[in-house]
Amino acid sequence: MMPDPSQIPVPVEALDALLPMHVVVEPDGIVRHAAPTFRKICPVAEPVGMRFLDLLEIERPLTKVGTGDFENLVGARLRLRFRGRPGTSMKGVMTPLAPETGLLVDLSFGISVVAAVAEYGLTGADFAPSDQTIEMLYLAEANAAAMAEAHRLIGRLESSRDAANEASLTDGLTGLGNRRALEAWLAARVRSGRTFSLLQVDLDYFKAVNDTHGHGTGDAVLQAAAHRLRQGLRPGDDLARIGGDEFVALLDRTTDAAGLSALAERLIAAVEAPVCVGTTECRISASIGAAVSTGYAEPTLEAMLADADDALYTVKRTGRGRARIHAG
Amino acid sequence: MHGLINKGLQGFLAETYGRQTWSRIADRANIAPEGFEALLTYDAQVTHDVLDAAVEVLGKPRAVLLEDLGTYLVSHPTTEPVRRLLRFGGLDFSDFMNSLDELPGRARLAVPDLWLPDIQTREVAPDAFAVACYSEFRGFGQILTGLLRAMADDYGALAFIEWEGERGGAEQVSVRLLEGDYSEGRQFDLSRKQAV
Repeated sequence: MMPDPSQIPVPVEALDALLPMHVVVEPDGIVRHAAPTFRKICPVAEPVGMRFLDLLEIERPLTKVGTGDFENLVGARLRLRFRGRPGTSMKGVMTPLAPETGLLVDLSFGISVVAAVAEYGLTGADFAPSDQTIEMLYLAEANAAAMAEAHRLIGRLESSRDAANEASLTDGLTGLGNRRALEAWLAARVRSGRTFSLLQVDLDYFKAVNDTHGHGTGDAVLQAAAHRLRQGLRPGDDLARIGGDEFVALLDRTTDAAGLSALAERLIAAVEAPVCVGTTECRISASIGAAVSTGYAEPTLEAMLADADDALYTVKRTGRGRARIHAG
Repeated sequence: MHGLINKGLQGFLAETYGRQTWSRIADRANIAPEGFEALLTYDAQVTHDVLDAAVEVLGKPRAVLLEDLGTYLVSHPTTEPVRRLLRFGGLDFSDFMNSLDELPGRARLAVPDLWLPDIQTREVAPDAFAVACYSEFRGFGQILTGLLRAMADDYGALAFIEWEGERGGAEQVSVRLLEGDYSEGRQFDLSRKQAV
């Protein structure tokens, strides 16, 4: 007699090798056989002889679970977990075996495989050779290693960026010197014994520009003011931005009150010319306080800035847009 | 050359011979002592420069250094991730050898821009393999030789592994597995312990 081509007799050993996480369930719902990996993860020492639904809870698809009639679950994507075990949920599929021999239920860990492998202490031998699980674990681990390396790289880049910022002498917005640069310029003048003046320039009405037209416009106005101040100085003079709208100029040679005042007035006039940002016309002004190096036995940035600030405060109090030299 | 390989070379030299020696090698190779970033790619010449400098500073043959590099990649604590990723290649050493051809593909799956040379493994007799390594970078087969020796140890297998020179445009490595279960080998759990 020719064998029926629709029926392939499969020994249990072959099923165990191909589907190491399966169980065979009798038509009456009793587990008849459990494959090796299933036994390894099963919380019950001997699953054979137990009712399948006492062993495992079918979580999805809920509407089809009903009374425990498996027929309408055949072929569905099942989600199951062991009863009394809050751990990993599994994927599963049911398929009928030869008539009257019951069902085969095959399980896998799905996306929770990484946790499951750790929880159950599984090895490569617990999966079928054709199973992609090992490759998936490999990929998860490789991905974690690459991420860790990327994080280390970002950490190193951040510290070198911080170091570079710290070592920087330039104000990023205006390209002028920053406070560190100002300290260096002043120290160099003191070392060489040159006399010089320090001008602290404070923009007036700048906050209103920022508040009314936004920071983008505010930045453009700051850049324009920086440019005009720079144009108003001579080669060899230095200009730094040391705060939001605060600039400091160091002027060589000009130390007399008349010359200083004239220069300061020119700077203020330059800043007061309207600035057009797109279609917006902005108007600001500036107040200036000055200090002269000859007023100090040993000029320092702190002392000169404090005195210039003093003079500036007086200007601000008595009406803006003017300059004043610290009395010394 | 990929930064991972250069970084491996740097780690090998710095951790085997000390940081000062590494600084001397870096100096001679004209690179900064901070060395390489694993996620960047470098001109192949830089790798040769570092190797040449190491040969001069350490007074060791290039072949010996490359084989030691291969061993370092598997057996040093710093490179534990490399060992672990390699161990995914097989349940035992014989299994591993039979999947060795997949190594470049596996590497690319982990790091998409990491290109390893083509490897062709023939089982010439039971438990005897002829490995051909097709690389523009001469000496890759020597790295592979050291790496395979360390992997055999890692699996607890007793194997003779020799670099057999170049033939047919490929470096040849012969692997003879004497006993797969010779010693305990090193533990490998599929799930990674939290310490990275």
